[in-house]
Amino acid sequence: MGIDIHQAVDSEPTPVPAFARLGPRTPAIAKPERSETGVWIGIFAIVMSFAAFTSAMIVRQGVSPDWRHFELPRLLYLNTLTLIASSLTLVRARARLTTVAKPLPPAGADGKKSFSEGMNWLYITFGLGTVFLVGQVLVWRLLVVQGLFLSSNPSSSFFYVFTAMHGLHLLGGILALAYMIRKLARTRSAAQTTGLPAVCLYWHFMDGLWLYLLVLLIVRT
Amino acid sequence: MGRVFAIVLTLITLVSVAFFVMHTWWLPPDISTTGPAVDHQFEETLIGTGVLFLAGQLLLGWFAWNASDKTKKVRPFPGGATPLVTAAIVLVGIEVFTLTFVGSKAWGAIYLAPADPLALKIDVQAEQFAFYFRYAGPDGKFGSVHPEKIDDGSGNYFGLDPANDEAARDDIVAASLVVPINTPVALTLHSKDVGHSFYVRELRVQQDFVPGLDIPLHFTATQIGKYEIVCTQLCGLGHYNMKAYLEVMSAEDFQQWLKTQAGQ
Amino acid sequence: MHDVSASPASHQHTAPSGFLRKYVFSLDHKVIGKQYYGLALVSVFVGMILSWLLRLHLAYPNWHIPLLGKFSATGAPDGVMTPEYYLSLLTMHGTLMVFFVLTNAPFAAFGNYFLPIQIGAEDMAFPRFNMMSFWTTFLAFVVMMASFFVADGPPISGWTAYAPLSAVGGDAGPGLALGQNLWAISIVLFCVASLLGALNFIATTLDLRTKGMSLARMPYSTWAWFVTSVIALLAFAVLLPACILLILDRVAGTSFFIPAGLILSDKLQPHSGGSPLLWQHLFWFFGHPEVYIAILPSIGIIATILPVFTRKPLLGPRALVGSMIAIGFLSYMVWGHHMFVSGMNPFSANLFSVPTLIITIPATIMTLLLTASVYGGRMRFDTPALFCLGFISVFISGGISGFYLAQPSLDTYLHATYFVVAHFHFVMALASLFGVFAGTYFWFPKMFGRMMNETLGKWHFWLTFLGVYCVFMPMHYLGLVGNVRRYSAFVDDYLAPLIPVHKFITIAALLTGAAQLIFFFNLFWSRFRGSIASVNPWEATSLEWSTTSPPPFDNFGGHHLVVENGPNEFGAEAPDGTDFVMQAAPRKGA
Repeated sequence: MGIDIHQAVDSEPTPVPAFARLGPRTPAIAKPERSETGVWIGIFAIVMSFAAFTSAMIVRQGVSPDWRHFELPRLLYLNTLTLIASSLTLVRARARLTTVAKPLPPAGADGKKSFSEGMNWLYITFGLGTVFLVGQVLVWRLLVVQGLFLSSNPSSSFFYVFTAMHGLHLLGGILALAYMIRKLARTRSAAQTTGLPAVCLYWHFMDGLWLYLLVLLIVRT
Repeated sequence: MGRVFAIVLTLITLVSVAFFVMHTWWLPPDISTTGPAVDHQFEETLIGTGVLFLAGQLLLGWFAWNASDKTKKVRPFPGGATPLVTAAIVLVGIEVFTLTFVGSKAWGAIYLAPADPLALKIDVQAEQFAFYFRYAGPDGKFGSVHPEKIDDGSGNYFGLDPANDEAARDDIVAASLVVPINTPVALTLHSKDVGHSFYVRELRVQQDFVPGLDIPLHFTATQIGKYEIVCTQLCGLGHYNMKAYLEVMSAEDFQQWLKTQAGQ
Repeated sequence: MHDVSASPASHQHTAPSGFLRKYVFSLDHKVIGKQYYGLALVSVFVGMILSWLLRLHLAYPNWHIPLLGKFSATGAPDGVMTPEYYLSLLTMHGTLMVFFVLTNAPFAAFGNYFLPIQIGAEDMAFPRFNMMSFWTTFLAFVVMMASFFVADGPPISGWTAYAPLSAVGGDAGPGLALGQNLWAISIVLFCVASLLGALNFIATTLDLRTKGMSLARMPYSTWAWFVTSVIALLAFAVLLPACILLILDRVAGTSFFIPAGLILSDKLQPHSGGSPLLWQHLFWFFGHPEVYIAILPSIGIIATILPVFTRKPLLGPRALVGSMIAIGFLSYMVWGHHMFVSGMNPFSANLFSVPTLIITIPATIMTLLLTASVYGGRMRFDTPALFCLGFISVFISGGISGFYLAQPSLDTYLHATYFVVAHFHFVMALASLFGVFAGTYFWFPKMFGRMMNETLGKWHFWLTFLGVYCVFMPMHYLGLVGNVRRYSAFVDDYLAPLIPVHKFITIAALLTGAAQLIFFFNLFWSRFRGSIASVNPWEATSLEWSTTSPPPFDNFGGHHLVVENGPNEFGAEAPDGTDFVMQAAPRKGA
């Protein structure tokens, strides 16, 4: 076969099979789309999980007459607006930051201004996301005050489960955003925006998921 | 080595099939009106799967035998993949639909057909680790059950309240399922604690008890005798020991038995 | 000619240094693959010992097993197993085998090691997630094993953990308090790890194939790992919510699965309104795809290995891959066949039975194609080849028994009997495991640079092949008599005549288990003393055989292979006089 037979040690170069066709010697770059692919796949899994929770809720509601409806605290709607706003600010942020990287970037001061504007919008998004989470915890406290705990009634059980699961996943998104911010703030380089589309995709998905959950909770709870 | 494999495989296949064909270990005779349809389905499936099993294993052995002949050159499978795939789809498809069509009748007779309206109604309770059976008594009505009143020590397995509930006073509770021959029987299954299951091999029926649900099951027994009812749903440490007896009696003996039970 | 002056191209991660980075917290998919394999090895060893203990107790209920008595004084006082401890060991046997062996070995272990190499990539798409996946699985294993050492022992509710037995807590029996909590937490961790792993496999297959490696040219093992990953992504995504709800029922007083009015240990349980059937639906919606997760990678492995030893192409590769995809799709429609007599609407039994029977079609197609691929071959009967043939045989056997169970009218008799135990052991424990064995003997040279001992391999095969038929074929007969499963003792009248059969099975199981020690020994002995392996000792075609044994840390030494052939080029005379063309070689050997 024309190949050297020897044990490869990590640092030794590998002999190539004589017959093998070689591609261009380009260094392997992390494809920017790779993180987006990962998020898309993750979205499928998360959708499936919430579908399972949803069907559990529908079955549980149908199986026993002990479901007690309760009124959703108004704060929940305010939180929703906060989350929607955060998606909008994130869109703004991405537009500003990726303008900088376009083929003909605005020169000098304009470029820097775009960048810092973009960073600001990122900070605001981060803030809004955190406000949403805090708001959700406050909604829980409002329910507790009414005497509605996790085990009080299946309707409240599902409310807590759905909001907690969504909140947990959103927290993941917030941490990813924080990581993005830290990377950009440190390097101040627009070339580091490679993970941004993935973060945005996840964030908007969390927003959309919340809207679905809100409707579900309004209709069912 | 290919030849050795072929021989060993053939032996294993023939010995295995022999035990199936000879019915060395087989279902007990059925004693229910719906049993024969199930047994017929068994025999049909045995023949169909037996042919497939023999064909599959013996072909594999034969091909392995041939492939060990180093004098021959490599030859493609005659016809290639397409006829094989088509044959698989068509033949298995036919088998599938035949089995489904015929089998659904047998299934429907047991589980979908409604019970005879005049059937003898018996309430069955499963608990860790025993079965109890309740008959409505002369008034034909079952007393209501109250879980908080259950007291195994005094024999109040169902939690009846005879003091305040007239219908409960003549209810008969027994540890065996006693039924008259050739009479439709309609059971209602409920569980006191966890999941259990009702299985009588000779009746060819099995039905889980699901806590929170009252599940109907009906049958008509066609032979006098004593048959075991065993639990088949893992229910705890006593699962292996959880059983009762189905006793099928003549109509007169059954009435006698009811009288004796009522007297107690 | 050789191009040996290649400098390593820049990678997403540089070569690791230091013991921890290299061998423990490694980002290298090959190390992670070996770690998964090692974990599966430990799990199968424990699982096998558990099966010995179970079988001994069934055949000889009064025997004293001193070591067991020392291990658990409550579980086996004076060395005699209690009924509850039997169920504990049974639960752990099933859980360890299904999750930590059959999901780990053919899928996570071999998939991690060989998927990137077979598509010509340097590593997985997300190496850090990959490392996290393994260590989360490891943590899940530790938590699961911890249940052996808590006061009440492991749970007694089976690997299926049906509610309410698993949901109400300690009142329902021993092991159901802390033991069940640990079980549920372990499974939650396992789900998270599997989801991350599946995500990695899918992203890698979609994004990192080297030039010329179209989906159509991927080896069948890669296809199997890919399809399995999609199934796993959606299946574990349902088990995770189910276990979370179970944990809440157990510790937070909710009533997802527990109805009202239950009396356990003379106490009225404080739950109400829940549905035990809901647990079953959620569990089996995961559980059925799970068994295809267990078998598909092995099918892919066998389909990859078989042509190497028949020296002719696999018959009908597109139909094979199509069948894998069809099975993946159909696997989500059949879960109710575990629930025919569960109390769900009997009409739905018909609805589930039809796709269950239809799924036999792609399974039959694959079996026929594999069998027909042997026809006309010039077979080399090395150990991997023998396990391929053995696989086909046990898969046929296991598939046939499925025909009975798929029909509700027969399942009404056979449900929860040893017939079911025979069926799933044949398709999972035997077929899937034979795929792992074949893969091990086949890929060991590539992973460790040494050949496994062929004589020991053949002994292992023959003893195992005969042994497993002796253990599991009789279980069909037991099921036909109506021998109920999960019984710790056989006290019913009709079971007494079957005890001799159980004794036969037990002895066969002990002997077959002992034969596995040959395999364990062979693994470790060959690791250090096996004869040195060449780059392509089996004369196979896929990309892993175009690099050294073992591969360097970036798999191909910085080279990017261009693929011009599929994996199936065997049998025709190649220009260099051999009978095969490798994927990395120029088109059809030109």
